[in-house]
Amino acid sequence: MLLEVRGLGKKFGGLDAVKGVDLDVPEGQVTAIIGPNGAGKSTLFNLLAGFYRPTSGTVTFEGKDITGMKPHRTVREGIARTFQTTKLFDDATVLDNVLAGRVVRSKSNALDAVFHTPRHRRDERASKARAMEELEFVGAAHLRDRLASKLPQEAQKRVSMAQALATEPRLLLLDEPAAGTNDEETEAFGLLIRQIVARGITVCLVEHKMSMVMNLADQIVVLDHGQRIATGTPAQIKSDPLVIEAYLGANTDQAGAPA
Amino acid sequence: MTNRLNPRLLGVALIAIALLVAPFALSGQQYLLRVVTTAAIYAIAAYGLNIILGLTGQLSLAHGAFFGVGAYTVGLLTTDYDWSFWTAFLAAIVGTTVLGYVSGLIALRTQGAYFAIFTMALGFLIFIIVVRWESVTHAHSGVSGVKFPENIGPIDFTEPATMYYFVLLFLAGAAYTTHALLHSNAGRSLVAIRTSEDLAKSIGVNVAVSKQLAFTASATIAGLAGGLFASLNGFIGPDSTGIDRTFEMLLFLLIGGLGTVMGPILGSLLVAFLFEMLQDLETYRFIVLGPIIVLLVIFAPRGLIGYLNELVPARFRHRDTTPEPVASTTVSDTTKDGAL
Ligand SMILES: Nc1ncnc2c1ncn2[C@@H]1O[C@H](COP(=O)(O)OP(=O)(O)OP(=O)(O)O)[C@@H](O)[C@H]1O
Ligand SMILES: [Mg+2]
Repeated sequence: MLLEVRGLGKKFGGLDAVKGVDLDVPEGQVTAIIGPNGAGKSTLFNLLAGFYRPTSGTVTFEGKDITGMKPHRTVREGIARTFQTTKLFDDATVLDNVLAGRVVRSKSNALDAVFHTPRHRRDERASKARAMEELEFVGAAHLRDRLASKLPQEAQKRVSMAQALATEPRLLLLDEPAAGTNDEETEAFGLLIRQIVARGITVCLVEHKMSMVMNLADQIVVLDHGQRIATGTPAQIKSDPLVIEAYLGANTDQAGAPA
Repeated sequence: MTNRLNPRLLGVALIAIALLVAPFALSGQQYLLRVVTTAAIYAIAAYGLNIILGLTGQLSLAHGAFFGVGAYTVGLLTTDYDWSFWTAFLAAIVGTTVLGYVSGLIALRTQGAYFAIFTMALGFLIFIIVVRWESVTHAHSGVSGVKFPENIGPIDFTEPATMYYFVLLFLAGAAYTTHALLHSNAGRSLVAIRTSEDLAKSIGVNVAVSKQLAFTASATIAGLAGGLFASLNGFIGPDSTGIDRTFEMLLFLLIGGLGTVMGPILGSLLVAFLFEMLQDLETYRFIVLGPIIVLLVIFAPRGLIGYLNELVPARFRHRDTTPEPVASTTVSDTTKDGAL
């Protein structure tokens, strides 16, 4: 297992946003996490990436206990994430946004920059090359000099994926990568996620668009009120009565999918 | 790529040349040269504030006090304790670095407005110490007879032009450091924090450590400027540690352009020039200065450098497609108008 989560919990005051969640993420696969609004999906990601400290449970990544580790260390360990509401450095260009993702892999420090050491120059060259590769990979290379804030939503989502990929993750947490995109774009994002997995990066995906989830996921985990209520293949989940009751409701596809 | 002259580089070159030839242009006008030297010292301090405020986005109001601590360290050590300027200057640099580091450990636990208030209180505390601890600081009588730098071989620092070039050396260093930072991962981390702390965390920036380093470095630079100021002026009083100093630095940055490489220089020189022009008006000069600031905020919210950058043709703002060595014609690596 790449990631093993045991009994993970997070309380906000009296509210159990995440409660006693067990989760195994096998390497090289797509694990989808679904559930109604407020089920605790984003909170779970925030716990895995170290943005929140769990109030109970453990997180093990590549055999190493990373429970409660701060984000700057989880990123170094190889966990990258994107946000549900796309975040980018608004007044920076697309390329600079992706370059920022290289900071964590850089070996040169501020003094190297001031004295313009060979290490700094090597680092800068390699960072730029890598950032451009990731932009090409997500199909946004032509936007490199545009201001991030001036891009349409769909392009911003691609750039934020390139930024996360630039940190060289082993595990990528994508929080609703297709939210607010049309069907055609959703399909393109599905393809992109497949290509990410083909590079050997394990993907965890939170998504309300059932067509995408059913298409991509090797494994689906269903959360409801912070608790895991089911785990299985897309076929198993589709026919699980508990899931149908809690989440899918009467409407089989797209159910519970708010905009 | 076109090899037409890049207006950005041209601008930097013009300012650099103007600064280099100033002592010749002003020969025989000792007073004016001293005004320019003082402005250059304030510009160095503004570069300090620029690192924590302009790049990292944290409004520190303690920097006037850090400037003052540097000034008093050089002032007191070279007079009451008869140290040489050089050792006292080194002590000022080390001292303000330690002060910046320690106060950063506490101040940076707060965020946003609380950070501003905390640092303002810290600055005020330092001011009070200077005013009240009379046996050491001489309180309102101040410190007079601060030493000039001792000669190094044939270099005589009592010569105004020599002192000017000495200051200019540090000013160039501060500007270059800002430029180098902006084009490095260290600087990108700071700008990332300024734009979005959450996003900065998500790409692996150690927000706490980056802020701590930025705050410490910015205190060091402000303290260094204070040390130079004490020596140039020969006299210092409590007002050189006051909140007014901080607000002046803020003014230079706002007018020149926050987070830019040339903003602090341009802002400081321009305000020094304006203050000189309006000197006869004494405190009424703010009647003239006020509207100018208001106009600037309306028409050039990113400061003069930001405004000038908007005028630069797009092709110079965009990055070259070929790998670029030093002195590139490209825009900053971090912000749209950070390169100048
Ligand atoms: N920082 C916080 N402080 C207090 N309560 C929070 C916080 N973050 C989330 N919650 C609460 O925890 C619960 C789970 O929220 P979370 O954002 O994880 O849901 P989600 O499954 O991602 O929902 P959505 O599909 O709408 O994104 C919600 O009730 C939410 O209000
Ligand atoms: Mg969510």
